Amino acid sequence: MSQEDNITNILVCGIGGQGVMTATEILAEAAISQGHDVKKTEVAGMAQRGGVVTSHLRFGPKVLSPQIAPGTVQVLLGFEGAEALRWAHYLRPDGIALVNNAKLVPPVVELGLFEYPADPIGAIRAAGHHVVAFDALTIARELGEIRLGNTVMLGAIADHLPFPPDVLLDCVVKRFARKGEAVVELNRRAFAAGRAAVTSGVCA
Amino acid sequence: MAAVMPAPAASRLLLSGNEAVARAVWESGCKVAAAYPGTPSTEILEVLAAFPGLHTEWSVNEKVSMEVALGASMAGARAFCAMKHVGLNVASDCLMTMTLTGVKGGLVIAVADDVGMSSSQNEQDSRYWGRFAHVPILEPADSQEAYAMTLAAYELSEKHQVPVLLRLTTRICHVKSLVVAGERVAHEPAGFEKDPQRWVMVPAHAKGRIPVMFARDKALAAESEASPLNIVEAGGDRAIGFVASGPAWMHVKEAFPNAPVLKLGFSHPLPLERIRAFAAGVDKLVVVEEVEPLVETELKAAGIACHGKDALPMMGELAPQVLKPAVDHLLGKGPAPARPEAKPQPVFPRPPTLCASCPHLGIYYTLSQIKNIIVSGDIGCYTLGAGHPWNALDTTICMGATMGVALGIDKGRGEADKNKRVLAVIGDSTFMHMGMQGLLDITYNKGNVTVLLLDNNTVGMTGGQNTPANGRDIHGMSAPQVDLVKVVEALGVKPERIKVIDPYELPVLFKTIREEIKIDEPSVIVARRPCVLIEDFKPFRPYCVDEDKCTGCGNCIEVGCPAIHVSKRDKVVKPSGKEVELAFVNIDSQACTGCGLCLQPCAPDAIQHVPLTGVPIHVVKS
Repeated sequence: MSQEDNITNILVCGIGGQGVMTATEILAEAAISQGHDVKKTEVAGMAQRGGVVTSHLRFGPKVLSPQIAPGTVQVLLGFEGAEALRWAHYLRPDGIALVNNAKLVPPVVELGLFEYPADPIGAIRAAGHHVVAFDALTIARELGEIRLGNTVMLGAIADHLPFPPDVLLDCVVKRFARKGEAVVELNRRAFAAGRAAVTSGVCA
Repeated sequence: MAAVMPAPAASRLLLSGNEAVARAVWESGCKVAAAYPGTPSTEILEVLAAFPGLHTEWSVNEKVSMEVALGASMAGARAFCAMKHVGLNVASDCLMTMTLTGVKGGLVIAVADDVGMSSSQNEQDSRYWGRFAHVPILEPADSQEAYAMTLAAYELSEKHQVPVLLRLTTRICHVKSLVVAGERVAHEPAGFEKDPQRWVMVPAHAKGRIPVMFARDKALAAESEASPLNIVEAGGDRAIGFVASGPAWMHVKEAFPNAPVLKLGFSHPLPLERIRAFAAGVDKLVVVEEVEPLVETELKAAGIACHGKDALPMMGELAPQVLKPAVDHLLGKGPAPARPEAKPQPVFPRPPTLCASCPHLGIYYTLSQIKNIIVSGDIGCYTLGAGHPWNALDTTICMGATMGVALGIDKGRGEADKNKRVLAVIGDSTFMHMGMQGLLDITYNKGNVTVLLLDNNTVGMTGGQNTPANGRDIHGMSAPQVDLVKVVEALGVKPERIKVIDPYELPVLFKTIREEIKIDEPSVIVARRPCVLIEDFKPFRPYCVDEDKCTGCGNCIEVGCPAIHVSKRDKVVKPSGKEVELAFVNIDSQACTGCGLCLQPCAPDAIQHVPLTGVPIHVVKS
């Protein structure tokens, strides 16, 4: 059996400082709890300096290469619109992009040297991919704490994994258990809101 | 990171290669571990520092770290040092003689090659050092192997009294995979024994050690032939067989699941006879190695026909999507049909940026405003000054090179550059790593160079490690603090030519640089402000833009702060007929930490503090 048949490929993308690597780490913990072999890779050298960050997560019975090949991603979790577009070619034809429709503009665009794409979500769709876009920041703000954005993102992917959503929720809860029941409860609500944003197909 | 240390034996842990190496070094009973931070190797020592029962340290550079490890080994302790590929260049002076003395306590050198160059000035293949220094090389392919081979390296090191190179790459160091951990086994140092023929490398003694080294080469070759770290996987389709090592082995398995593979774990000396036998059983042999064709060349020299870099790229990672089409082409299969959807869409580049409130912002904004200067640079976050919007660095070579390069430009310049002023930029940690000698060379040889010593109290680029100048050791505990101004003075810079300034105060910075570059002797401007990513930085009250006052001049954008955004663009025609582009701005007050750099070039005073109700709770104006 080839690797492609029994391996789940998830690509998480965004910008240094957004929490891409932590989110992927929690996804990896969920996969491990289900008995999967797991590999997670990113190039972290200058990531915290506002550069492009991708985290590759592969899991299944036995994972070989840690790197995901273009055209083989089942789920693309995008923390930013243009970054999701940048990596959309990694999606396989039946893959899905779940994208926080945020717009984070880098200095090279502010300086007028490059243009930010007019409609990144539309461009991913035009390339033939299934996209669900939502506004994680607004959802988090409505819950009263913008730092909940990452948990909203994890909620967003929860129904697109080969295991039940609660497996991922348990890993999120475990992360925040030390911080007390109030914080855990806020994260539960953020997770649920992320799930709802995707399952209802809300487009921001 | 925290998960590595307290985990009991037999735990199944999700570890990066760096974390796995650290765990194994600790389990080996290692007593002394030293490193200078360098991507992608940095986390090894960071993790080790949390373990009990061994001395860990940030050394001032990689050469010193290796010497510390060697000394510990002479005392009979198990020892370790870690570095990135270019760090081994620095340490090589020690390595090339350590191979003659050999080691006593097991000594493992982890060297991390930045294949693909995510954060380095070059791409080198550290496996060359195995050939050059006559030392064995082990090449893990994932975290479990990194763990197991680190333990194996200590056994090998002590059996043959040789330092062992553990060759890692970015795809080992920064990939997380599952590792089953073991227990620490105590290793009591045997004690230092006086043995000048062995430890005092004068010519007469060294001549006696060279035959020992050659005999060891033979023993190691025999060891490699029999090593369980070299594995043959029979495969099914014998049309093509692979010799591969490290992450490239994983990529081969992924791209050609049915092909026979000889996996090299103990990759130097090569198990030539095993490879010869393997080659005889396949129609075509392909060597898959990142970066240089070392194995390929040695196989060809041994009369084993093979392909390698005739088909595969000489740079970058050999990921499955690179490997598969190249090998298919070799087999005459022609290119696989490209998936139409697998083409990237054009999106603007997003290079790394300096942070909001980064003290380097003021330096590069100022340098970008001064004409007729040549600015040599160095390795660190401040290398980003070569990029937009500042374009204010003219050279970057290697750690500490800024000093010598600046002096050379000063001495070598002709008529074309005679009216230019030469500056050298260097960070505090790079200065202590390898810049001090260069400054001494400038003063000794009467160079006309103005040095900007950017003292941000940490090693910024690798994530904020402590240094001898910030008064904290690798554990964050108090350590003797070196006074950089006194060092500079001791290196021969006149006291009146040493200026300590605040890089947030642009007028002072500008004036000081202008004054010092006019004077025909060495001067050092110490620009002192903590990196915003370390504990010493305390954020200030953030700013916002009064949009009624903003005239769209764009001056603040030239500072290069990532918290400043353009809200509207416009064009106006001046009375002179000249068309001017306007960029009206706002400030992301969540990202702004209130350094105040951007308001200094703002003529209409459009940048103001956010109302107190909008100040994030963690911000206390100092």
